[in-house]
Amino acid sequence: MMKHYVIIGNGTAAVGCIEGIRTVDKESPITVVSGENRHVYCRPLISYYLEEMTDIEKMKYRKDSFYSDNNCEVLYGKHAVAVDKDKKTVQLDDGEVLNYDELCVAAGSRSFVPPFEGLDTVEKKFNFMTLDDALALESAVEPDSKVLIVGAGLIGLKCAEGIQDRVGSITVCDLADRVLSSILDSECSELMSRNLEEHGISLMLGDTAVRFDKNTAYMKSGSEVDFDVLVLAVGVRANISLVKDACGEVNRGIIINNRMQTTIDNIYAAGDCTEGKDSSDGQNRVIAILPNAYMQGKCAGVNMAGGDETFDNAIPMNSIGFFGMNAMTAGQRPDDAEVYEEKSDNRIKKLYTKDGYLTGFMMINCAERTGIYTSLIRNKTPLDSVDFDLLKKNPGLMPFGENYTGKKLGSVV
Amino acid sequence: MRRVYVNEEWCLGCHLCEYNCAFANSGESSMVKALKDKKIYPRIQVEEGDKINFAVSCRHCTDPLCIKSCISGALTKDENGVVTIDHNKCVGCLTCILVCPYGTVVRDGEGAVNKCELCLKNSCGSPACVKGCPNRAIVYEER
Repeated sequence: MMKHYVIIGNGTAAVGCIEGIRTVDKESPITVVSGENRHVYCRPLISYYLEEMTDIEKMKYRKDSFYSDNNCEVLYGKHAVAVDKDKKTVQLDDGEVLNYDELCVAAGSRSFVPPFEGLDTVEKKFNFMTLDDALALESAVEPDSKVLIVGAGLIGLKCAEGIQDRVGSITVCDLADRVLSSILDSECSELMSRNLEEHGISLMLGDTAVRFDKNTAYMKSGSEVDFDVLVLAVGVRANISLVKDACGEVNRGIIINNRMQTTIDNIYAAGDCTEGKDSSDGQNRVIAILPNAYMQGKCAGVNMAGGDETFDNAIPMNSIGFFGMNAMTAGQRPDDAEVYEEKSDNRIKKLYTKDGYLTGFMMINCAERTGIYTSLIRNKTPLDSVDFDLLKKNPGLMPFGENYTGKKLGSVV
Repeated sequence: MRRVYVNEEWCLGCHLCEYNCAFANSGESSMVKALKDKKIYPRIQVEEGDKINFAVSCRHCTDPLCIKSCISGALTKDENGVVTIDHNKCVGCLTCILVCPYGTVVRDGEGAVNKCELCLKNSCGSPACVKGCPNRAIVYEER
């Protein structure tokens, strides 16, 4: 039986969803509602675009024929404004109404901008979430621009790295006392801060802008920062309103189960707009990372098309580099975890174990074969089933024993 | 599809596979030119133990985590099931290294990553590591 699928959003989760649907149902039409007027692109690459490490063509997440190959109609530049779960319709901002049999909300997230006093007096101010944001920023900066970035998280710092060669100076401030506070502890953060400062980024930590007047930011500490260009990277919020307004359960994100179903029949959700179980500690949270978006989207798609798939081992994880220094993190680090540490000048490795399991890790400049640790977290491998004393020093397959290596290296996996 | 499989009990731990890999992917015509005084980034790595050794390279998984996690769309599966990387698209974020459960994606020394592509994209045409293995500890076959 033909179904009509509607996907709200046109990012990574939407691609996963399309590819998931097509593993089961090759025929039925798919309508994609794309707020951005663009072929699907790799959103985390917008800073690399500014850095000239990629370009708009190379940034395409899938080839040009992707939608036609998959029998998708994409409605560009349109936004969904309401979902009627009883009539099974989606209303768009131009008045059009789409019928669906199965709906996936992959609406992503948006910048969160707190109500700064005087922000309206700032002429050149930008978010840094979309390719259009990056293009607007690109055309606003000059070789002598003084840039102030509010927010020293992943987005703010990637932005700083991206524009560093195009501007005169960059100051990044954050109310938190350290950079990348959502993923790094103070020790790792300190190492990264030093690296950023060595590359010409000025940091103002434990301090943030409270008021703007044209080209001046008045800081919480009382100091003033003059700037030409302002980037607001304070935080992001999941786009939950469509499901919330339709009386689906939401918290910080749209609540999903391990089949990517919302609490409303025939409505699924995937990607940065969702909140699901973090398998590293069993807590519900928004895990707004690209791998998660793809895997959730794929799982949703398979199920929408009548297949049966679960995705129940989502964990937070990040690999991110700034000026050649790489930080990798995964899982959680409970307060009562045991920590295995290795430290040298430019390198930190911390593994967190609790109750016989690896729950998380944090690494600076020790990327090699790290995925082996990630797999221990994701697969909840009991550490007494491996030679962890060997493994904690050197990630490898030997500590898993001959049964494991025989199977993994001797057959199709 | 044919993949590289390991016969653990036969691996001598000689590391020849690593050198042959680096040579095959260097684009150089002589091994000396390719390897002498250079840091190499082989896509196969020998692990040595007390009793056994083995060489680990990309498993070309049926459902690869690296592809699903790649933030730049650089990793794809070709029509034959080979997991390949487009260096043009890779930005070197290393997320693939963060997720590969076998530790088979490596840095290329130039800001991007490399992985075994079964020598199908270089002039070798089939895995150089297997061709050069003196003890048939790695084989290239259908299983």
